[in-house]
Amino acid sequence: MHDAGKVLLGLGVFAALVTAPIWYAVGRGKGGPPELEKPRDAKQCIEPTSTMRARHMELLDAWRDAVVRRGEKVYVAGDGKHHDMSLTGTCLGCHTDPKKFCIRCHEYAGVEAFCWDCHQQRKRG
Amino acid sequence: MTMRRRSFLRIAGLGLAGACGVPVARALSGAVRTEPAPTALAGKRWAMVVDERKCLTKEGCRACIQACHRGHNVPAMRDPRHEVKWIWKERFDDVFPDQVTPYLAAEVKERATMVLCNHCDNPPCVRVCPTQATWKRPDGIVMMDEHRCIGCRYCITGCPYGARSFNFEDPRPSLVGEPTDYPGRSKGVVEKCTFCSERLAVGKRPLCVEACEAIGCGALAFGDVGDPGSAVRALLRDHTVARRKPQLGTSPHVFYIL
Repeated sequence: MHDAGKVLLGLGVFAALVTAPIWYAVGRGKGGPPELEKPRDAKQCIEPTSTMRARHMELLDAWRDAVVRRGEKVYVAGDGKHHDMSLTGTCLGCHTDPKKFCIRCHEYAGVEAFCWDCHQQRKRG
Repeated sequence: MTMRRRSFLRIAGLGLAGACGVPVARALSGAVRTEPAPTALAGKRWAMVVDERKCLTKEGCRACIQACHRGHNVPAMRDPRHEVKWIWKERFDDVFPDQVTPYLAAEVKERATMVLCNHCDNPPCVRVCPTQATWKRPDGIVMMDEHRCIGCRYCITGCPYGARSFNFEDPRPSLVGEPTDYPGRSKGVVEKCTFCSERLAVGKRPLCVEACEAIGCGALAFGDVGDPGSAVRALLRDHTVARRKPQLGTSPHVFYIL
């Protein structure tokens, strides 16, 4: 191979540049997922934590369509319990401060959402 | 092991179909179960009757406006050009321009009249909305879904009653008093009266109607005109009522006893 040294050096520089944001985050102690403030009054969310973590956005989409477009209010959870479909009332009723839960994780994941621009009118907690 | 071209294509095709099936199966398995609240009010055709004779606007009453605007977090914008309103007062001759004769008494002509979305049978706003952010429900309510609104304001142009308001600025700094749990709006969306659909869904009547009753006035009546035995039907039977600009063919469902 001609110029193996130069090629390898170039590859090394390229890899370093591409992964620079990761090293930067690790160096500043932001490597892992953020600490989320869990509700004090409730132990269990309406669905298992793993489901909520993976699919809360689909659930909220379905809730929005059910409430706004079909006038339905009751969500029947997997365990058969009934819940009021309300982001402001049900979700933010337990997760009182989106800044310490929703927004903290969304910032880490780099996913921009603006639900609480409208859905938390009242200050709580 | 050797593989014939045909069997390779077969296996690859099946694999691809299976991979496509995974998200489909996931979506189907995750079907969200929802249902109406057991207390929800159901109507064939919701409507409102405004009894002008009972209404205390001339005494400066604002009970219905306050109840509605506080309850729905309607902002009080400082710039009058940015005003947002769901129910408000308008001069009689502006509400009923066709009822004005040269001999109309001045106090009638200038009388403050309550106006709100007319929840038309044939709503022009719905026709022009490009995203179905506003639509007519089977029970006659012309609904508004601010999630879908792109702020094009065709509906504002389409509505012949001026019943729609646009958020020209962020409404949150202009909220009056402690906000309620009703969701707010953001800059760039249209809003209007929805006949308190969020309250009907849990068995309550509109805020304006309850506020008007609470002060002992009862000028606002709300009910199902699809039910011949309803109180609003009785009002419409016993009185000659007016509707706003009926010649336009929108068939408004807010009726006025003048």
